[in-house]
Amino acid sequence: MEPTECRQRGVRIDMREIRTDQIVQAVREMCVEANYDLGSEMLKALEEALQVEESPIGKDILRQLLDNARIASDEKVPMCQDCGMTMVFAEMGQDVHIGGGYWLDAINEGVRLGYQEAYLRKSVLNDPVHRINTQDNTPAVVHLELVPGDSLKLMVAPKGGGAENMARLKMLKPSDGREGIKQFVLETVSQAGPNPCPPIILGVGLGGTFEKAALISKKALFRPLGSPHPDPDIAAWEKELLQAVNALGIGPQGLGGRITALAVHVEVFACHIASLPVAISINCHAHRHRERTL
Amino acid sequence: MAEAKRISTPLGIGVVNSLHSGDRVLLSGWVYTARDAAHKRMNDLLQRGLPLPFDIKGQVIYYVGPSPAKPGRIIGSAGPTTASRMDTYAPALIAMGLKGMIGKGARSSEVIRAMVQHKAVYFGAVGGAAALLSRSIKAVEMVAYEDLGPEAIRRLKLDDFPAIVINDAEGNDLYQEGVRAYRQEGQDETS
Repeated sequence: MEPTECRQRGVRIDMREIRTDQIVQAVREMCVEANYDLGSEMLKALEEALQVEESPIGKDILRQLLDNARIASDEKVPMCQDCGMTMVFAEMGQDVHIGGGYWLDAINEGVRLGYQEAYLRKSVLNDPVHRINTQDNTPAVVHLELVPGDSLKLMVAPKGGGAENMARLKMLKPSDGREGIKQFVLETVSQAGPNPCPPIILGVGLGGTFEKAALISKKALFRPLGSPHPDPDIAAWEKELLQAVNALGIGPQGLGGRITALAVHVEVFACHIASLPVAISINCHAHRHRERTL
Repeated sequence: MAEAKRISTPLGIGVVNSLHSGDRVLLSGWVYTARDAAHKRMNDLLQRGLPLPFDIKGQVIYYVGPSPAKPGRIIGSAGPTTASRMDTYAPALIAMGLKGMIGKGARSSEVIRAMVQHKAVYFGAVGGAAALLSRSIKAVEMVAYEDLGPEAIRRLKLDDFPAIVINDAEGNDLYQEGVRAYRQEGQDETS
């Protein structure tokens, strides 16, 4: 859309208009694509894991996962029956104006249409107390960040319950340090065992406050798979953590093996002098996400 | 790896006793689907002394909530869900004659004890291999709780459904044995 001119109190402001129907369409398509098609990044990671894995059962499982991904994308069926609760990360340029309705309604409409037309499972309940299925997988869990620029970046990630249930957060003491963080990561992965459908991806969020740590741990999952943190010190530590996690021997589906995790992504944020928040998000091998910029 | 064992439901005591943790199986015949909400309802029936929606003796329950069937298909994708959420309810069903469960993830010591006491097995299927696994499902019938949608109790006719024996009727646990074999030195038993 062309920039539109707004006048308010005599000041001219250049805004770019994005229409809600563009948002609906993008979210709708991404819900379907993410559930049907695992994507080349994960296929490559699973192929590589198959080369490294030593356990015969583990190798057999990795082959089944590759077969499964191929069937899902060829036949256009969901790779996993758990089509997830839909997470949407939106980065909205501050020079964007949304026209045609409320942007959040547009996102939920996209989820509703995508899940219905693609025969995706509707796994969302109205609330955890009454537990009534909303029948259309809405609402999505939406995180909005206002950023410079005039575009809207949307990332859609269907998140399965099995892996999500294994997430943990702990407010460590600063004196626990790196070793304490590492132990918490290993303890979390050990306790999760087979439940989050290994091979998994780990997002570790360090710092901020209670909720900030959780959010950055979740965002960490969706970095390009295995891409190192820009800080070389953190990047080296990510490698060390991945090695330690894989040395646990949990393996594909928790039946023993060398490949428990495909990547560990660490994100850090400033924190209080008294704090060391550590959040761990886990994703299963159905590592579904799609991104689009409007 | 050894050849997979072909077994059929309902499971007799002889078959149950012949299965060992680590055995790969190809399961055929009818199984019943049930997950969180259906288990809660069945448990409520038992509390009130009422019969279950199906005769559980010798049967296998598959912990699954399939995705909707596309036109021209009988079922959507149908892989296992985490079994531990059914651990609270499973021992009572095992005591009533349930002989097998299919899911993913470890079971509680109470469930394992019930499997040993009453002779039952727990099979693991590959979590997330749902498009592949649904190819082994040849027929689907609604049994109860249709209002629960994906959580309804259905009867699925399986044909060579691939699974692996996690817990046998002797109390062995493949998760523990498998991980022990690959755990490297210096890693604490943190769990």
